[in-house]
Amino acid sequence: MQSQHHMLPLVVNGVSYVVNGKAIIEDVSFTIEDAGLTVLLGPNGAGKSSLLKLCHGLWPLSSGSIRWGDADVQDAKQKQAMVFQRPVLLRRSAAENVDHVLKLRGASSADRARVIEESLEWAGLADIADMPARKLSGGEQQSLTIARAWALNPEVLLLDEPTANLDPAATRRVEDLIRSFAEAGKKVIMATHNIAQARRLADEVLFLNHGRLLEQAPAEQFMSGPSDPLAARFIAGELVE
Amino acid sequence: MNEFSNAFRTALHLLVEMDPGLLEVVLLSLRVSLSAVILAAVFALPLGAFVALTQFPGRRGVVILMNAMMSLPPVVVGLVIYLLLSRTGPLGTTGLLFTPTAMVIAQCVLVFPIIAALTRQTVFDLHEEYDEYLRSVGAGTRQKIATLLWDGRARLLTAILAGFGRAIAEVGAVIIVGGNILHSTRVMTTTIALETSKGDLGMALGLGIILVLIAVAVNTAVVTIGGGANQRTV
Repeated sequence: MQSQHHMLPLVVNGVSYVVNGKAIIEDVSFTIEDAGLTVLLGPNGAGKSSLLKLCHGLWPLSSGSIRWGDADVQDAKQKQAMVFQRPVLLRRSAAENVDHVLKLRGASSADRARVIEESLEWAGLADIADMPARKLSGGEQQSLTIARAWALNPEVLLLDEPTANLDPAATRRVEDLIRSFAEAGKKVIMATHNIAQARRLADEVLFLNHGRLLEQAPAEQFMSGPSDPLAARFIAGELVE
Repeated sequence: MNEFSNAFRTALHLLVEMDPGLLEVVLLSLRVSLSAVILAAVFALPLGAFVALTQFPGRRGVVILMNAMMSLPPVVVGLVIYLLLSRTGPLGTTGLLFTPTAMVIAQCVLVFPIIAALTRQTVFDLHEEYDEYLRSVGAGTRQKIATLLWDGRARLLTAILAGFGRAIAEVGAVIIVGGNILHSTRVMTTTIALETSKGDLGMALGLGIILVLIAVAVNTAVVTIGGGANQRTV
């Protein structure tokens, strides 16, 4: 699977991100080789969202480098989609929200109509296609942002705490969509502070705290016994700060 | 009091009869002010959005200037346009002074800063929310502006109506550059000023009533659209 993936490996080398003299991310290096679902795990304020946004090229690095396969961050962005913690939805119908990204990518109008229908169908949103997006429930809104990502057919999906504001039923629905993204051969990288969610979804875990990467391990190995003592306390359910 | 009720009776009579003289003045008013607002909006919407989205040296100054120009005194605008268009002025050869076109230009100058400044604020606020999404999907500046203007449409329409309200109600600029010429550049506000000074209060009051009705209609539209927009942003 790795050989077909143009975006892998993701190589993050000595990356720091400093805002007003405060290091949000401090000298983080890692390589992600395999497709599947990688979780950035850690308590709130660990720097998970920041790292995700740096990898997506939304913010400039203070130092270090990031490469996706042969591509630099800005080129790689065109083959990625990102889903944010608070769904960013345009003041338009659900279908028009999907149409917006397709138009930006220059899709023909015949293709757009087909892809909109397929994506909404895929996310179980076909019957609310014409509803104003911002009138939808929280779970539907986040499903719609994932459907919009799906419409772009990206090689990589990045998600920043996609279920942090959702109830269990909506969380299950969104997790199913995320899983089917990974099963379709896409690389999925998700930030979460929720250990149970990491347990349900992750193939690989990167554990962060205070802007530093403390451990990278296959999910099974990490969950059964992380080598980092802080990570061990975190998955045991202690309140790590 | 008797004078007022007489004037009121005459005014109602003119309104009900659809007096041709009154109608001519009302229609010219609407034509001039609508043209001015549409012309101003065509340039002010993209400019306001551009200033909201881009960083350039002196941007702060431009924002302050745009906000300050919202309260430009109409007589001063009228005077400056008059000087530009008068026979000896730099644009004197155009022969536009004392024409409806000159009135459109003057009102356009008055309305432009209102629409531009309110557009800048609307687009700026919306951009805070959409910024990461737009950059994530790789939107260029023009695509960002188009997206933000469309999604801010309810508030922008309110801004345009506010501009129209200012244009239709002002007298200082149009009386200077239009000259208040019968059958040519006479609009509602200039007629009210003239007829009042002549003592023909019926005509003045009739036009006054129409102006107030237009103001009420515009503000009703503002409240209705604004209320709808607020619901949509929740």
